[in-house]
Amino acid sequence: MEHVCFCPLSRFAICGGTHGNEMSGVYMVREMQKQKVDQMGSVSITSILSNPPAVDACRRYMGTDLNRCFTDALLSGATTDDTPYELRRARELNAQLGPKGSPEAVDLLCDIHNTTANMGLCLIFYSFDWIALHIYKYIQSKMTSAPVRAICLNEPSSEAYSLESIGKHGISIEVGPQPTGVVRADIFNMAKEAVDLSLEWLHTFNSGSTFEGGEVEAYTPVRSVDYPRDPTTGEITAAIHPQLQDNDFNILRPGDPVFQFFSGETVKHEGEDLYPLFVNECAYYEKKVAFQLTKKITVTLPSVGVKKD
Amino acid sequence: MMQPRQTRATPPQCSGREVAGDKMEVDEVVRLPRLSRVAVCGGTHGNELSGVYLVRELLKGRKQVMEEEERPPSVLTVLANPRAVQQCRRYIDTDLNRCFTHAALKGPSSGPVPYETTRSRELNAALGPKGSPGAVELVCDLHNTTANMGLCLIAYSDCDWICLHIFRHLQRKMPDVPMRYIHFDVSNKESYSLDSVGKHGFAMEIGPQPHGVVRSDVYAAMKAGVQHMLDWVCFFNSGSTFEGEYVDVFTMIKHIDYPRDGETRNITAAIHPQLQDRDFCLLHPEDPLFQTFSGETLRYKGSEALYPFFINECAYYEKGIALSLARKRRVMVPAIRVQTEREEEEEEEEE
Repeated sequence: MEHVCFCPLSRFAICGGTHGNEMSGVYMVREMQKQKVDQMGSVSITSILSNPPAVDACRRYMGTDLNRCFTDALLSGATTDDTPYELRRARELNAQLGPKGSPEAVDLLCDIHNTTANMGLCLIFYSFDWIALHIYKYIQSKMTSAPVRAICLNEPSSEAYSLESIGKHGISIEVGPQPTGVVRADIFNMAKEAVDLSLEWLHTFNSGSTFEGGEVEAYTPVRSVDYPRDPTTGEITAAIHPQLQDNDFNILRPGDPVFQFFSGETVKHEGEDLYPLFVNECAYYEKKVAFQLTKKITVTLPSVGVKKD
Repeated sequence: MMQPRQTRATPPQCSGREVAGDKMEVDEVVRLPRLSRVAVCGGTHGNELSGVYLVRELLKGRKQVMEEEERPPSVLTVLANPRAVQQCRRYIDTDLNRCFTHAALKGPSSGPVPYETTRSRELNAALGPKGSPGAVELVCDLHNTTANMGLCLIAYSDCDWICLHIFRHLQRKMPDVPMRYIHFDVSNKESYSLDSVGKHGFAMEIGPQPHGVVRSDVYAAMKAGVQHMLDWVCFFNSGSTFEGEYVDVFTMIKHIDYPRDGETRNITAAIHPQLQDRDFCLLHPEDPLFQTFSGETLRYKGSEALYPFFINECAYYEKGIALSLARKRRVMVPAIRVQTEREEEEEEEEE
């Protein structure tokens, strides 16, 4: 079996409040800063509140969604008086934790998010990052409080738009369901456990352990589905059907109900068998996404270990 | 100021306990004036979406039945805070549902006025004026909460027989929906919410639902609740007698705030996992209340076991409320029937 070596992963950044109303990350970062957590064994830790004005206002963002500002094109643009706050902030974060794609970037960046969808704990990352996938495998083997899943996005690095793409390795830790503006202890504890296990993995990796390869399941996006809308006003005219609501990751087959109009009729799923997620995510109404459809894949991981001098 | 009109046998400012005593005969039927106009209001908080979409559906439906004869009650459907709805926010400048005290409604007219203050005065003119004979007979204001409260009717009175009978009707018609009646013991003068504008009124609060999200199951419960309420009003107006019975009423006693950092005022703990989602399950002294972000348990230090509700309501963080606590008591609700026209005239002559 293939074995892949990586340099020690000694710089870890944890970000919260990238969306100012997703509270697990906000309180986790605040607690870490209060306890002055900056080291765990071989790993140095930076904790950052990504979007402080949005956190203060308890809003997702002030001008534009911060977590869509990290493409190479957007990061390299010129900052003028007209630049929206979040684009400026993205460039600051890139300077502090990156620059993206350079040797100075942090080794692992974990960005904590919440969703109103019933997704349990999800680790989201770009392409087949062996480090991220091994951390996922490790967390999945250790966590019993919630189902743990991985979502692999398809973008090449230059098009990767979210904060965690700044790090050499990056994971978005998405935990739900939790309403925006609310902190639930159970959800907070899940997010905290995932972060603690990630740190544990890094430390174990750095001290020379080999992590055995194997097969893991993950989900990759196929397409998203919008709500039925009124053609004049653009308002939604249906809600997620009760049989789909809260059933993220349960296979959706043709003929299964997906929407229920406010007047009562049902809309059914058409096309192939797919796995829905982000079902009824609050922030996606404006992005015209009622749910995303994914396919399940099996990824074969090589064993990994730290490069020895 | 107008008191809810009732027959002489029942004193106007009563408490349920007095009625259960010997001031009233068990088989006496209280006669109450007909309910000619009902206002159904949604979007008082612009991100509580069940009411927003229900009001929009009702408005669509009404366009289709406009040619039909309007039989009482006439139903006014109102989107209370259109600007907040458009931005999917709770409010623009200030919480609309705190703008209906008599003082706020009259208030000084000079200087910059928050949007919601202007709006509350418009609503008061349209549905009130509060406390006057011109006010609509019944206001039903639709709300959602992030707390696991099922369906709650929230009212300022524990002896408004109209509201209490509507509650019992909903309970019978919707047995699968957990349902409670919450009473805020606030005088008419100090009552601050939209439902206080009508001669009778209540908020219909359904959760859990995240703000900015519409769930089918919650929407369906609200739609059914409003329909059953309107049906009940029709039955009442057409002369049905509603038998007396006991109703469990939760009376708000106090609120508890989150523990906060002395300097920043940021909260330092979340609702404990053993309390989260357990609205209306009795909270005993020493039961876990909060879990700090470092993992420590903080316990309820009150001396009396009380019923918690609005546990972890999103909008209440800024109001300093982690949960509210209530006492439960049994109220004897008398039988009621609509006044006949002659009884109405006789009463008017007396006043």
